[in-house]
Amino acid sequence: MNQEPLLSIKDLRTRFHTYEGVLTAVDGIHLEIYPGETLGVVGESGCGKSVTALSILRLLASPPTKIEGQILFDGNDLLKMSLDEIRRIRGNSISMIFQEPMTSLNPVLTIGEQIAEAIRLHQGLGREAAWEKAVEMLQRVQIPSPRIRARDYPHKLSGGMRQRAMIAMALSCHPRLLLADEPTTALDVTIQAQIVDLMEHLKEEIHTSILLITHNLGLIAEMAKRVVVMYAGKIVEEAPVEDLFFEPLHPYTKGLLESIPWMGRKIREGRKPLQEIPGMVPSLKEMPKGCRFHPRCLTAREICRNEEPPLIVKPPRRVFCWLWI
Amino acid sequence: MFQYVLKRLFSTIPVLFGISLLLFFMLRMLPGDPAQVLAGQMASPEDIETIRQQLGLHRPVLVQYGLFLGRLVRFDLGRSARTQHPVIKEVWARLPNTILLAVSAIGLACLFGIPAGILAAIRPYTWIDYLFTSLALFGISMPVFWLGLMLIILFSVTLHWLPAGGTGSWKHLILPSLTLAAFVVAFITRMTRASMIEALSQDYTTTARSKGLKEEVVVIKHALKNAMIPIITVVGLQFGLLLGGAVLTETVFAWPGMGRLIVDSILARDYPVIQGAILIFGLLYILVNLGVDLLYAYLDPRIRYD
Amino acid sequence: MINPWMRFKKNKAALFGSILLLIYFVTALFAPLLYPGNPSAPNLATALERPSIKEPLGKDELGRSILGRIIYGSRVSLLIAIGVVCVGLFIGVPLGLISGYYGGKVDFGIQRATDTLLAFPGFLLALALVAVLGVGLKNTIISVGISMIPIYIRLVRGCTLSVKEQTYVEAARALGTRDLTILFRHILPNVMAPITIQTSLGMGTAILFAAGLGFLGIGVQPPTPEWGAMLGSGRPYLFHAPHVATFPGMAIFFAVLGFNLSGDGLRDILDPRFKS
Repeated sequence: MNQEPLLSIKDLRTRFHTYEGVLTAVDGIHLEIYPGETLGVVGESGCGKSVTALSILRLLASPPTKIEGQILFDGNDLLKMSLDEIRRIRGNSISMIFQEPMTSLNPVLTIGEQIAEAIRLHQGLGREAAWEKAVEMLQRVQIPSPRIRARDYPHKLSGGMRQRAMIAMALSCHPRLLLADEPTTALDVTIQAQIVDLMEHLKEEIHTSILLITHNLGLIAEMAKRVVVMYAGKIVEEAPVEDLFFEPLHPYTKGLLESIPWMGRKIREGRKPLQEIPGMVPSLKEMPKGCRFHPRCLTAREICRNEEPPLIVKPPRRVFCWLWI
Repeated sequence: MFQYVLKRLFSTIPVLFGISLLLFFMLRMLPGDPAQVLAGQMASPEDIETIRQQLGLHRPVLVQYGLFLGRLVRFDLGRSARTQHPVIKEVWARLPNTILLAVSAIGLACLFGIPAGILAAIRPYTWIDYLFTSLALFGISMPVFWLGLMLIILFSVTLHWLPAGGTGSWKHLILPSLTLAAFVVAFITRMTRASMIEALSQDYTTTARSKGLKEEVVVIKHALKNAMIPIITVVGLQFGLLLGGAVLTETVFAWPGMGRLIVDSILARDYPVIQGAILIFGLLYILVNLGVDLLYAYLDPRIRYD
Repeated sequence: MINPWMRFKKNKAALFGSILLLIYFVTALFAPLLYPGNPSAPNLATALERPSIKEPLGKDELGRSILGRIIYGSRVSLLIAIGVVCVGLFIGVPLGLISGYYGGKVDFGIQRATDTLLAFPGFLLALALVAVLGVGLKNTIISVGISMIPIYIRLVRGCTLSVKEQTYVEAARALGTRDLTILFRHILPNVMAPITIQTSLGMGTAILFAAGLGFLGIGVQPPTPEWGAMLGSGRPYLFHAPHVATFPGMAIFFAVLGFNLSGDGLRDILDPRFKS
């Protein structure tokens, strides 16, 4: 791609200083998101994908967390901004959708107010105009009778409706980047499809880029153009979505793909049992030496146990693995 | 909402019934003749006989309880053995003073306790948190009557700023309500801190921050509004503690309220007045809790609709 | 946010609390050694004497050593504290267990009685009971003790209800274990932690309540050296001899602080809900 990236993360390290020691949740990752693009980030829980999103907006409590590296948004380093500057970006040029629509909406404020307050803040609209805009947003996320719903409290809405409200809130100021952290995980399968359609549709409409964080490879296949695979705080592989699915380079990616059922696999390869990745995700407290995946890797060699794998670039793909040396 | 109020009103009935039983048997438990007890030591045999007739003491206990209930509903609790005035008049005369004291103490306690709790919660485990939590612990451990006396020594005896007791002006109210507030402020601070820490760790707080809201807005509008629900409950519960503390505070500052009345009546063995004052205290407590529950319902939309 | 360092900091407070309590218990135990004289013998010649090197806390309105009376007073207050929680424990815990375990009508009856008692603020309830039972050490313990019973009932009932549903209790019941065995072998050990915490905090409250009654003149009667009563009798001399009322109050304050700090510390250590 010849375009300038919208967001460019360079050597991001997010550490939690706890009294049990320093835990590194994100360990030196690089990634770029281009305008209008949907970048998928996959990995098991605890791999640092959510922490990456929270680091971008600096939403992690500051005393225990230390963020290093660079996060360039439009060329400006978000990590160097003052608190006021980053606040002007939050919810405005970059906004976020969370996993749990049940708990991420404030139970004692109406849906309309929760949307309108961001509009008032970032667009300087008056109370009434902001409210109208909030109602309009609810309409755009296809919530029936939005004018009435706007006056409701979150507990009156179903999970799917709440996530729609959440999306309305996140998109109300036409952000250029949307961080979607497991946006469909807590929802029923049928509702998931609706939410995906809605996000795709709105993405085109307001021309926003999406950083889609999920462990759901199906969702990635549906929405993302490019995919980044994370394992234990590091990126292990990056590839366009088709390449990743048809020819995974990293043994971890392979394991991930083999551990989920695929429609059509039966036809293509006959009945092949699902494979699981042996072992467990390492704890942040005791990271293995060398390649972090080696204790679970079937193809691990001596060098994998001792030395960190180098970056191998096979444009447009990137992989960190000794296999491809 | 209406149904909720109704349900809540009905739930006080068993407690009211329990209180009436308690009051009824209180006098039965005393050694000797209830009529003699009610009339006081100075009563003539004729007086005692009249009371015996009035109370129907020769009838079965169940009938007696029925008669007692009937009088209770009319707030007829007999006459004071000391002054011969109707009990209810004695109690009514003192009630406003106690309510004034209690309300100003609760007000003071909220005024200090809620901001202190919020400050401690947004800077947990820092010196400011340790300062406020330690102060709260001291407040809980301190005998009110001692604190009252120490305040008198400081502000009345040494500095001559404020009167040591009695009523009359707003100056008389300061020391007693400060004393009583210190007792309650501790609970309010602790509860505010705990529920604010809880609210600030919720997902919706992160959502609010992700919208770019100022920290003050996140804390006050998003977190505090949620935290207020448990805080209000604690304030209501503390009102009971406060009534207990009022007995001691009123004694220390010679404040002519219900608490003093109870103590004086206990010392004078004036049982009708003790009965009446305890009844009013019980009713007051139930009423406050009812009010708190309604406020709770008003604040929490989840209750309002159910 | 809770981690060992935090717990250590908290436990420093708990440590301070237990040291305070240790001092009080040792004082109570060795009172005759610490103050050889009779703390109740008046000596009007030295009435209201100010604190001095010889008499560090001064003398009271009858010329008795305030230090000596505080030392002996620790016996009275600790006796009250222990007596009160015993009343609360021995009546409240079984009732709470029964109420929570059996449910139904028994539970309903016990709970309505508890509601009624809780409709009165604890101190008022103790006050009303004193009015009926009369003054003195024994009646103070009984009155304050009864006022604590509903707290134990509530606490134990709540815990019992949640433990009852645990698989191992169901299993024991399925095996035909006797109710009494289930209650004492399976349920009681599981509610011990909250009971222990409540007992430590309750002892502090007991001392406060009893001192309050003593202060009002309807608790422990003179010449028994009880801190609250000492404060009460020192009150008329506030203007000329403030030391008479000051020091007994400090004795109460540090004792209650000790129990509260220990209770909070126990909560941090014992209550699994507050653990990380």
